[in-house]
Amino acid sequence: MKDVYDGTVRYMQILDENGNMDESLRPKEITDVKLVELYKAMSFARALDAKALSLQRQGRAVTYAPILGEEATQIGTAAAMRPNDVFVPNFRQHGVYLYRKASLESIMLYWRGYEESLKDIKSINAFPVAVPVSTQMPHAAGAAYAQKYKKTGNAVIAYVGDGGTSEGDFYESINFAGVLKLPLVTIIENNQWAISVPREWQSAAQTLAQKAIAAGIPGIQVDGNDVVAVYAATRDSVIGAKDGPSVVECITYRMSMHTTADDPEKYRPDSLVEAWKPKDPLLRVRTYLARKGLWDDKKESAMSEEHLSIIDEAVARAEEFKPDPRSMFENVYSTMPQVLKDEEEEAVAEGFWQGEVSK
Amino acid sequence: MMANMVTALNNALDQIMAENKDVVILGEDVGKDGGVFRVTDGLFDKYGRDRVLDTPLAESSIAGVSIGMAASGLRPIAEMQFAGFMLLAFSQIVNHAARFRARTRGGYTLPMVIRTPVSGGVRTLEHHSDSPEALYSHIGGLVVVEPSNPYDAKGLMIAASHSDDPVIFLEPTKLYRLFKQEVPEDMYEVQLSKANVMKEGDELTIVTWGTMVNVVNNVVAKKKNVSAEVIDLRTINPLDEETILKSVEKTGRVMIVHEASMSFGPGAEIAARIAEKEIFHLSAPVVRVAAPSLPYPFPGYEQYYVPNELRVSKAIDKIMSE
Ligand SMILES: Cc1ncc(C[n+]2csc(CCOP(=O)(O)OP(=O)(O)O)c2C)c(N)n1
Ligand SMILES: [Mg+2]
Repeated sequence: MKDVYDGTVRYMQILDENGNMDESLRPKEITDVKLVELYKAMSFARALDAKALSLQRQGRAVTYAPILGEEATQIGTAAAMRPNDVFVPNFRQHGVYLYRKASLESIMLYWRGYEESLKDIKSINAFPVAVPVSTQMPHAAGAAYAQKYKKTGNAVIAYVGDGGTSEGDFYESINFAGVLKLPLVTIIENNQWAISVPREWQSAAQTLAQKAIAAGIPGIQVDGNDVVAVYAATRDSVIGAKDGPSVVECITYRMSMHTTADDPEKYRPDSLVEAWKPKDPLLRVRTYLARKGLWDDKKESAMSEEHLSIIDEAVARAEEFKPDPRSMFENVYSTMPQVLKDEEEEAVAEGFWQGEVSK
Repeated sequence: MMANMVTALNNALDQIMAENKDVVILGEDVGKDGGVFRVTDGLFDKYGRDRVLDTPLAESSIAGVSIGMAASGLRPIAEMQFAGFMLLAFSQIVNHAARFRARTRGGYTLPMVIRTPVSGGVRTLEHHSDSPEALYSHIGGLVVVEPSNPYDAKGLMIAASHSDDPVIFLEPTKLYRLFKQEVPEDMYEVQLSKANVMKEGDELTIVTWGTMVNVVNNVVAKKKNVSAEVIDLRTINPLDEETILKSVEKTGRVMIVHEASMSFGPGAEIAARIAEKEIFHLSAPVVRVAAPSLPYPFPGYEQYYVPNELRVSKAIDKIMSE
């Protein structure tokens, strides 16, 4: 008998929950000024989250998947992408979309239930939201193949949840990318819950990062509430992508409900959530910046006010959107087939979209 | 007891579990959470984790594992969280569940049920509103059931649990809590593959099922001048052709109303059978009312997609004027 493989998974934290920075690991581009920017971006994501939740509660959005607690994972990874890198989300990365400068309205429009929300995201090198869990992962591998084939030098950064790592599509895509040495960075946004199912019930593996080992590619675990570590690990992976794929598991926590259709009281005691409050991703950056004299209550309230007015304006614009039912028929194929023309015409002529039933 | 469809199904599953300890429930969030629609509520506490299994998030394995269980003496009842996500299990269902019996010439049977919420009208996100009955009916080897009311839901679920063939059990989300009905406390079966003539009539036959049953009934109730016979299929496949043909012979006019999209939908199959066997009894062409021939849209558009009372009403006017 002899050992034929020996694998380890490393865990990285740079800014701890008390706001202490490990300067030896800190990437040099994460200056204090950059940290202020990241803090603002995380705060903006949180403000949008709160707004979207309240809109849904008022019936002004269909459903919404909150990102509360996951801001560092999203903003840290987004900040590590280069403008031409391709971003492949699941359904929870509103923070990444925002950082990539997707319009706020379009994000709101998605949760209000209109396809038009996804019309322009190609221009920011983003793929559309993918609701069926993990099904976006093979697309990401394919997009990575295209980058390599066309020698663009770009990486593809794909997101999957802890639950999503149980799907075949997840394994199949990191495996595919490994075999072909594709520039694919897989971010596991491990918020420790897949609706009501806890992380331990998804896999007997001690870490999700170690799934990379089976694909023959590097995997690392980071404190997903530490925006500096998330940035550093993602940046290493993005730069290393020219030589092949890797996996970054970000350990965070879903502080809110799965979506607005979910009631966590059914399955999760509050004490579990309470324990994560001190590890908040914004709090630690704020502590750090305050200690350096770069942040205070006055700045905080000025920022909040500014964020709220930007968000309110975007919401108002999104709410002005008027759907045209014809768009449903006219965007299915590149050339509209006769069947759809007929069906559309009948609907218009017969007034199917409005009116009362005749006696 | 007065029950909505969720309570009726929950009650059925409870009785099925109590009746036979080889029955296990498996799926995503079926345990403590009781399923995202609460259909399995309370069963985890009552029967434990060995019999009410929160699986890892992987639909292909939920179906495949159910097949392995059913082939090995258990009677699994799997839940797929939504019809759109059940497609990740399509290979297992089509390549294996549908043909295990035929391939082994009856050597193996697969007593298993796969339940899933279907259809729209409740403003859910994309992929949460599909009506896939044609997909599963097209294969052969699968029993495809879709109740439209709490009484049928309980009776069909119990019948499905006793069936030795794989049953795809489609539950319209719109109807889960739409209304309550008197449902017997005791166990009872509603026969599979047997349509329900909900209302008798002699001028027009309307064949429908699932979410469209209420829509049709509402319109028919308003159209006092038309004597319509309303047939709720309840089981899509194998089709109860006899009930349909008998009605068509009487009325000479037939309309098929379904929420699934028009092209290659289940209405085409029914219309073809009527054309083959009853064409000389027809006094007007068959009329189909269905969603347009395109994928289910985002919720902001669903009101323009799902057939509504107005469409059904106009279709009745049209067929009656021919
Ligand atoms: C294939 C598939 N199955 C089931 C669902 C329903 N569903 C939506 S999100 C979710 C849990 C996802 O958990 P995870 O991957 O950890 O991501 P998170 O929601 O925690 O961000 C489930 C089961 C789905 N969208 N797609
Ligand atoms: Mg999760």
